[in-house]
Amino acid sequence: MALEDICNLRNSCLHQNWLPASPATSFLMTDCYNLGLKGPKKSQRNNEVPLQFFIPPLLNSTSFLNRSPSSYFQGNPPVTVRRPFPLSHGTTTLGFVFQGGVIAAADTRASAGGLVACPEVEKINPIHSHLVVTSSGSGADCMLWERILTREIRLYQLRHKRCLSISGTAKLLSFMLHPFKGTDVCVALTLCGWDKELIYVCSDGARLQGNIFSVGSGSPYAYGVLDRELSWSLSNEEAISLAREAVFRATHRDAYSGNNVDLFHITAQGWHQRKRENLKEEYYRDMKKRGLF
Amino acid sequence: MEYLIGIQGPDFVLVAADNVAASSIIQMKHDYDKMFKLSEKILLLCVGEAGDTVQFAEYIQKNVQLYKMRNGYELSPAAAANFTRKNLADYLRSRTPYHVNLLLAGYDDTDGPGLFYMDYLSSLAKAPFAAHGYGAFLTLSILDRYYRPDLTRDEAVDLLKKCIEELNKRFILNLPSFTVRLIDKEGIHDLEKLTHGAK
Repeated sequence: MALEDICNLRNSCLHQNWLPASPATSFLMTDCYNLGLKGPKKSQRNNEVPLQFFIPPLLNSTSFLNRSPSSYFQGNPPVTVRRPFPLSHGTTTLGFVFQGGVIAAADTRASAGGLVACPEVEKINPIHSHLVVTSSGSGADCMLWERILTREIRLYQLRHKRCLSISGTAKLLSFMLHPFKGTDVCVALTLCGWDKELIYVCSDGARLQGNIFSVGSGSPYAYGVLDRELSWSLSNEEAISLAREAVFRATHRDAYSGNNVDLFHITAQGWHQRKRENLKEEYYRDMKKRGLF
Repeated sequence: MEYLIGIQGPDFVLVAADNVAASSIIQMKHDYDKMFKLSEKILLLCVGEAGDTVQFAEYIQKNVQLYKMRNGYELSPAAAANFTRKNLADYLRSRTPYHVNLLLAGYDDTDGPGLFYMDYLSSLAKAPFAAHGYGAFLTLSILDRYYRPDLTRDEAVDLLKKCIEELNKRFILNLPSFTVRLIDKEGIHDLEKLTHGAK
């Protein structure tokens, strides 16, 4: 480092390529706005010695120094990774409770801005034999948090020799997500359990138990269909066809939902997955039935 | 969007909260209870940011119960209110402030009924009547006009109904039903839910 200073190497732009700026030095020592091209900050009181010499480069010092950069640089926000594309919570997922158990339905489109990133995503994933979770929000975050939840539930089961209740699962998930509140983590999960329980958990911190939930950009359209026709005493077939209809109408109107519909039926015996259906065919069938074709 | 109201009488406190749990433009629940029972005679009404309300209120609730377990007697409403305010204040200038607005209502066997208004900046005021939310702008003047310190229970419920009528008339958002509870020396009593029109 002394040699670098003597050779005035730090002032050259080559320095940026040769030595990747470690987070510690870039936060504390360099002038963020000039990207370090001005050189390290020098101490005013100690003969212009570069400031980094005053903070010993201990093995663990990077984690300490990274902890609160804002306290060193008032007004300089911590560096976050930019998203490569605009996020939108394009989804229609729904769940409702009726006499025959719980139905969970969702579309299968993953959108990234205006692009259909994947037309065949599985938005409903089982956590264990009697608990299914529908996801919406950021796909990556949902995938990760579902895995974390599955792991925690399995650990609980192994440690306590019994399954954690749905409300316990929801509370656990909500408390695990709480430290990330205010960051860009975006998950909105609906836990659908065997005990006729439906709980909505979202990364904002909301945890709501209810009989009917629909989440995502297509949810207002789904609510429109569900609120009118849902009742406790539906038969299994009626409930399944209502869920399909609600997702279908939502995917018709919402640009960010579409492709197929997944349907799970959860009863006391466990979850049962229905074959995935393409909604394009459903649209033509519906038009034909109504005599509009 | 959310609405809380409390009215203190000579030997009771009447509190009401709306029942809507909303997420952007959708009402996700119509029967959500915003009141948290801190002890046999203390209720905490909590509105504000989605996760913060439940997290903070449950934290206070469990700590008040822990105090009772450790010391054998319960915190008084004033002590609970000051404890809550201290926690809000401690978190206010941290990296995770709680954005919650609270009403704490309780009955103390020595001091009588008490209603405490707290907001997200951790201000605390003991008040004869108080309200939170946009609805407060519409109803505080009604409370100012008709409140008397010697209200009976029925008169307090009528005053509450006047406030809710005003909300239904002038407030742009639909708040279809309100949970109503009354605290007196016997404890917490659930009163009839106040709904708007036929359901």
